[in-house]
Amino acid sequence: MITWPNFVSQCFNGLALGALLALISSGLTIIYGTLGVLNLAHGAMFMLGGYAGYVAFEATGSFAIAVAAGSLFLAVVGVLMERVVIRYFYSRPHEDQILVTFGIGICLVELVRLAFGSLSKTVPPPSWAAGISSLGFMFYPTYRLVVVGIIAVALLGLFLVLYRTRLGLIVRAGIEDSAMVDALGIDVDRVFMIVFGIGAMAAGFAGIVNAPVVSLTPDMGDAILVQTFVVVVIGGVGSFTGAILGGLISGEILSLTSMVDPSYSGVMLFAVMTLVLMLRPQGLLGTRGRT
Amino acid sequence: MKSFDRISPSRRRVLTAAGALVASASLPRFSIAAEDRPPIGTWPAGSEGSSVFIGISVPRTGTYAAQGEDELKGYQLAVEHINSGDPLIKAISPKTKTGVLGKKVEVGVADSQANPNTAVQEQSRFITENKAVLITGSTSSAVAVALNKLAQREKVLYVTGITGSNDTTGKDCVRYSFRQDFYGQTAAAAIGPVLIKTFGKSRKAAFMTPDYTYGHTVTKSVNDYLTENGGWTMVTNQVSPLGAPDFSSYLTNIANSGAEILINVNWGHDAVLSTQQAKQFGILPKMKLVIPYQTPFLAKEVGAETTEGVYAATDFWWTLEDKYPLAKMFVEKFQKKYGYRPEWGAENAYMQFAMWADAVEHAGSFYPPDVIKSYEAGRKIPSFVGEVYWRAADHQLVRPVVIVRGKAPKAMRNPEDFWEITEVLPGAPLMQAPDAFGCQLGSYT
Repeated sequence: MITWPNFVSQCFNGLALGALLALISSGLTIIYGTLGVLNLAHGAMFMLGGYAGYVAFEATGSFAIAVAAGSLFLAVVGVLMERVVIRYFYSRPHEDQILVTFGIGICLVELVRLAFGSLSKTVPPPSWAAGISSLGFMFYPTYRLVVVGIIAVALLGLFLVLYRTRLGLIVRAGIEDSAMVDALGIDVDRVFMIVFGIGAMAAGFAGIVNAPVVSLTPDMGDAILVQTFVVVVIGGVGSFTGAILGGLISGEILSLTSMVDPSYSGVMLFAVMTLVLMLRPQGLLGTRGRT
Repeated sequence: MKSFDRISPSRRRVLTAAGALVASASLPRFSIAAEDRPPIGTWPAGSEGSSVFIGISVPRTGTYAAQGEDELKGYQLAVEHINSGDPLIKAISPKTKTGVLGKKVEVGVADSQANPNTAVQEQSRFITENKAVLITGSTSSAVAVALNKLAQREKVLYVTGITGSNDTTGKDCVRYSFRQDFYGQTAAAAIGPVLIKTFGKSRKAAFMTPDYTYGHTVTKSVNDYLTENGGWTMVTNQVSPLGAPDFSSYLTNIANSGAEILINVNWGHDAVLSTQQAKQFGILPKMKLVIPYQTPFLAKEVGAETTEGVYAATDFWWTLEDKYPLAKMFVEKFQKKYGYRPEWGAENAYMQFAMWADAVEHAGSFYPPDVIKSYEAGRKIPSFVGEVYWRAADHQLVRPVVIVRGKAPKAMRNPEDFWEITEVLPGAPLMQAPDAFGCQLGSYT
């Protein structure tokens, strides 16, 4: 099925798919890069953002309010999670952190299932972004085009906050030597809480922005979490720009392989990840030795 | 993510102990029985008390969760009816009074996650710890095939849940397993003529196929039929993993394939998501959608405007109540208890338990070879779709295939009135010979 129109279409689809993966992965990598905690509840938080947005949409009928609600709700959930559980795990081994976040993820999924059941829920795109657009070489869902723009803006915003503000500076200093930052009179504890909140908010934002593309089910975070990890590993663990690059590469791998043989597209993603791990273990944009 | 509804194991232990006591008191008689009938599987241990245990494993999480819950409700209603001697059960299994051979039926429920390994693990536990006399459940043919093998190895009866693969009662058939829903091949033979009649000859079709035994066998059967009888061409076959989070790359290929008809073999939430996204990409309604093996709740989840005019083959749809009195009783009782009209997963589950009760009552014993021979006798059994019977050579139920067409939203008489029944086709003429897929049942003992 390799024809010129299909190749161009798949390259474009890979870009759109990759943008989504990049957005979802960014929250994961922000939390890991700054706090050193691998958040296995990230998939569940992504799902929860979708459901929070769904509830807001059902109540108000406004997509903008749904996006705000999904993001803010997850920011609150993130801060609560950090204060009640995660902060006691900063000094504990990675295995403990993985287990506790995995457990929180299961709880979130089952709570949502209890409240909403297993039948899927849908959030329609805003009316101005519904329908299909012609790109000349192909037709593409208008909302997916809009999503690429939304994601670009959101990622830029996140980048500016974390890498061009005083907060970002403190965060990065905190990772290098938190005792010294503490000694300088800066409340590292509080900064970590904010970062976890921001990471969770990014997951929630991705969840509700992605909601009109998929239909919501309690388990939707599971499959996406796996792909997200692949993205982060390819891009470089803890690297924000790496998440974006990894997302785009993964999107293209999934799309272009499907053209040759669709049943191999998932396999190919892991093959490339393995290759990256062998040739450049720290990931494409990762820094060696950073944990 | 596992849940167990264990029913008072301590009480069972007491009962087993009591059973053992009685057994030792009447030792001479038992030793004679043991001579011509050595213990097999969980017999006689599983049926010595006043109750018998059934292990149920359905997916309660993952891609098939919604369908698994529907299936589970069918099992639970059947058990309630068996234990109380409900008129509906008695209509299907006339010898039933209360319970099965007077013994109360108890169940344990486990989440299979539609994963063969998990299902085998959970059912092995029900067999060894609870001495299950029957195991059931599957909402994936991969699970059904794995449990077939477990059942034959452990010599414990297995009645399948939802499974459409040709392998289940074909190349992977076993003596200890029985399937109620039809072969993918039968679905293809039923819906094929309808498609050729509706859409004409020499059409170009794109397939979407989940990457496991159900998907591959159903796609092959449907494609073979359409190619041979209608001169159709498969222009692309998009194979995707179970639980794919996004179908955009597969759909981009389909959009560029020049297909006129989209045949979606995906199932569960995969069917929902792929159909919704096909609509987002404008593939629907430009191409005509066909669903060879209908997914419970699909129309409800994607909306009637998407399923309008769509043809599907299915086991059961609730409006069959207009034609069959037993279907009417079932729909009414189910709706009263659960608040919605049953989908075919629930119907399939209920009938499997009812027919098992019938087989055991006729055998007069829980001794597995006797129960199997009772199934194989080929009695005519009243069901929700008229009279049905078991085919002894492959343990496949011979039953009608129901062809439905999606109703327009404005034609719906109530919020669950999604499908119009266009045909109820007798099963026997649609079915291939029992050994066509290489079925060899294996031994009774």
